[in-house]
Amino acid sequence: MKLKKHVGILYILPWLIGIIAFTAFPFIASFVLSFTDYNLISSPSFVGLSNYRTMMDTPLFWKSLRTTFIYVFVTVPLKLSFALFIAYILNFKLKGVNFFRTAYYLPSILGGSVAIAVLWRFLFADTGLINMIIGNFGVDPISWLGNPRYAIFTISLLRVWQFGSPMVIFLAALKNIPESLYEAARIDGASKTHIFFKITLPLITPIVFFNFIMQLVQAFQEFNGPYIITGGGPLNSTYLFPLYIYDNSFKYFRMGYGSALSWFLFAIIMVFTLITFKSEKYWVHYDGGDE
Amino acid sequence: MKTEIKQKKSNVDLSNLPENDLILRKRRIRRNKINAALRYTILAIVGLFMLYPLVWLIGASFKTNAEIFTSIGFLPSSFDFSGYVRGWNTSTQYTFTTYFANTFKIVIPKVILTVISTTLTAYGFARFKIPGKKYLFSILIATLLLPNVVLRIPQYLMFREFGWLNSYKPLVVPAAFAVDAFFVFMMIQFMRGLPKDLEEAAVIDGCNSFQVLVYILIPMLKPAMISVALFQFMWTMNDFLGPLIYLSSVEKYPVSIALKMSMDASALVNWNQIIAMSVIALIPSLVVFFLAQKHFVDGITTTGMKG
Repeated sequence: MKLKKHVGILYILPWLIGIIAFTAFPFIASFVLSFTDYNLISSPSFVGLSNYRTMMDTPLFWKSLRTTFIYVFVTVPLKLSFALFIAYILNFKLKGVNFFRTAYYLPSILGGSVAIAVLWRFLFADTGLINMIIGNFGVDPISWLGNPRYAIFTISLLRVWQFGSPMVIFLAALKNIPESLYEAARIDGASKTHIFFKITLPLITPIVFFNFIMQLVQAFQEFNGPYIITGGGPLNSTYLFPLYIYDNSFKYFRMGYGSALSWFLFAIIMVFTLITFKSEKYWVHYDGGDE
Repeated sequence: MKTEIKQKKSNVDLSNLPENDLILRKRRIRRNKINAALRYTILAIVGLFMLYPLVWLIGASFKTNAEIFTSIGFLPSSFDFSGYVRGWNTSTQYTFTTYFANTFKIVIPKVILTVISTTLTAYGFARFKIPGKKYLFSILIATLLLPNVVLRIPQYLMFREFGWLNSYKPLVVPAAFAVDAFFVFMMIQFMRGLPKDLEEAAVIDGCNSFQVLVYILIPMLKPAMISVALFQFMWTMNDFLGPLIYLSSVEKYPVSIALKMSMDASALVNWNQIIAMSVIALIPSLVVFFLAQKHFVDGITTTGMKG
């Protein structure tokens, strides 16, 4: 029995090695690197805050940051409200729910692939399917990917289209709400809207919270969509921060500057995650009986 | 007033329902029907938005270049397979046979290693007393949220030091060390839900902990292991940034990079080729998804629910 303690460590040993070698060490190393001018060629020398100062003086940095914020704060709320809305409808006992659930989930499963990004490029091309369809209604073609004002929203739409995975999680949460609560409310004469906002929504706030954080962390790191569909253009209008990091790190091999940018993005994600966690007590409702 | 009627109805049996109540009941049935119709309409419209692009993609792969940008319907006027043939052969010296082989050289070992390493780790966490387990578990959860972007440069430099650049090792080897916290967490959650009686009985019968894992737990863990394998399969098939950073010679490219490459090379002329290859690239994921969609949904809810 005494031996058991050590046996447990043995089982988690691979993970333990992994977390040290592939997570903890790189995590610290990138922080240290962010204060150097390492470029793969000459050996790194300490440059203090110079990388961070360069950042502040670079217009592209600000442009990219702004674009990222727009992207995140358009994509995440839209995606989550859509996911919740559809989950809510699917939760009514309708026939064929499984079919719809599968259909809606499919884009999320395939969505990360390059093929879907290719598809998006064709759908939203100047003479693409979307413009052909709106043309039938007499709307002039829109330059979805060519106009700097719309391009970022077209990219955002690609991710909103993949609302399936938060939807599945919401649906499972909705199914967990005991029917008796609804019945009680109905007997009291509550309307559907009332029931939704006073019973359903408060009860699933922990799941909203979970989904929000997961989506937020993901959205801040979006790379494939803009890289493949627009390459960051036109006029850098879809040049999200991860693209800026990638270019500096793996195209120009400015490892020091790239690390500083990575840490900056990391700090932003952390700030938003912390704000969400801190705000938890104001809006997330934990039921004592759960778990 | 409304409340009063409703309450009354639930107490009265049908035979002596007053006229008034019957009308109300009919009205409610009709309203329910309207609601159901409304819901189906919404679901169908959304479904159209979700699926039509994919259907269109498949149809367009059989169209001629001229037809792709001129017809809204998904059915081609005549089936043209040249997109598939020319697309597969590419304009370079390598064909998609090479790229698919490369993809599977990454995907298969990665999936196997992930399943093994996450099962072992989860077993350790879920069933053993480990000094400092609380802290280790918090670290695990923290890595679940840790943005990968911050690790990329040092990982690259480390693998460069190992001489692993332009090989599949940087993409595959970390999987042996359970680096995907999401999967470890999913397995732990699943294991916690399993009863321990059988395992205890096995220990009394003289099984060691590894035998318990192999003979008792793994048969029960199969659904979770399948979920992990499926998710890892999809994610690795879709992975673009990893190969983009680590692979530099065309002969080693997986499908994801090859697709981007042929798009850059031929997007302005040979649309049907790139569309045909996109369809082909999606097929493995589509097949796996339809064969095992239940596992995806189960997997995501196990983790999601308790997060």
